[in-house]
Amino acid sequence: MNLTELVEQEQIRSDIPEFNAGDTVKVHVKVVEGNRERVQVFEGVVIARRGTSVRESFTVRKLSFGVGVERSFPLHSPIIDKIQVVTRGDVRRAKLYYLRDRVGKAAKVKEKRFK
Amino acid sequence: MAHKAIVGRKVGMTQVWDKDNRMVPVTVVEVTPCRVVQVKTPQTDGYSAIQVTLGTKDARKLSKPEAGHFARAGVAPGTELVELRLDDVSGYSVGQELGADIFEAGESIDAVGTSKGKGFAGVMKRHNFQGQRATHGAHLVHRAPGSIGQCATPARVFKGVKMAGRMGSDKVTTQNLTVVRADAEKNVVLVKGSVPGSKGGTVIIRNAIKKAVGA
Repeated sequence: MNLTELVEQEQIRSDIPEFNAGDTVKVHVKVVEGNRERVQVFEGVVIARRGTSVRESFTVRKLSFGVGVERSFPLHSPIIDKIQVVTRGDVRRAKLYYLRDRVGKAAKVKEKRFK
Repeated sequence: MAHKAIVGRKVGMTQVWDKDNRMVPVTVVEVTPCRVVQVKTPQTDGYSAIQVTLGTKDARKLSKPEAGHFARAGVAPGTELVELRLDDVSGYSVGQELGADIFEAGESIDAVGTSKGKGFAGVMKRHNFQGQRATHGAHLVHRAPGSIGQCATPARVFKGVKMAGRMGSDKVTTQNLTVVRADAEKNVVLVKGSVPGSKGGTVIIRNAIKKAVGA
């Protein structure tokens, strides 16, 4: 292992659940207001995961008052309190950017059915 | 001039989190303890500097002058000899080892390295010329320099006119970078931002000579 990986290794979080594009997740984000810290939940569909190791990040898309909102998080960021997987999505792509052009029922991701 | 300096090898870039949970891009510089081979003083050499070596090298592969130089200092031979110019060398002695702990987090430093070689480069890449127009009759001159001087007077091209040529592999100093972490146990210095040169290149890290604007 080279020294760069060694530096990264120290920062990798082990408490991140397994999830993929298409899954609906609740991301609990720590928000600092003045000197107070609270946790805010951002719930939506994971439309992309990119990068490797400590540099990995993911994008969550949700609809807020009819407006699409996307937020990208570094996967190993200390501002993430926890990530909960709500549902597993059944998708055929790694990047679900096509959801941006869809509205209503067409923008829904099918839920994965386990046999 | 610098009052402390050290030599290392650029390993690569990554990112770390700071205390405010912000992402900080860092260059990882491996700083194995370097050994002082010679101390140059104004009395004997006309200027003050320390000569250090780093890494290890098979003693059989040294030339006779090199072997003699290391033997006289009583220092295990390293891969290369690097001279570090310093203000005052009274605190240094031959055989002394310098580790990453001479720096601490938050300190301002300059990083000196050899830039990546770009080969024979045109004026647009080498000197940031604008080039010429894409259309309106331009023919085979899109990236050409244009005029390089006047006519019958002076009837020659002035020295120093910017032209195409070899680019890169130059000594480059990036000033006022910040040390994010210096760990002597792991032999690593994390420098915020980028450092000149390719991975594996030799990098000199010294305390910042000029003060940053607003600092």
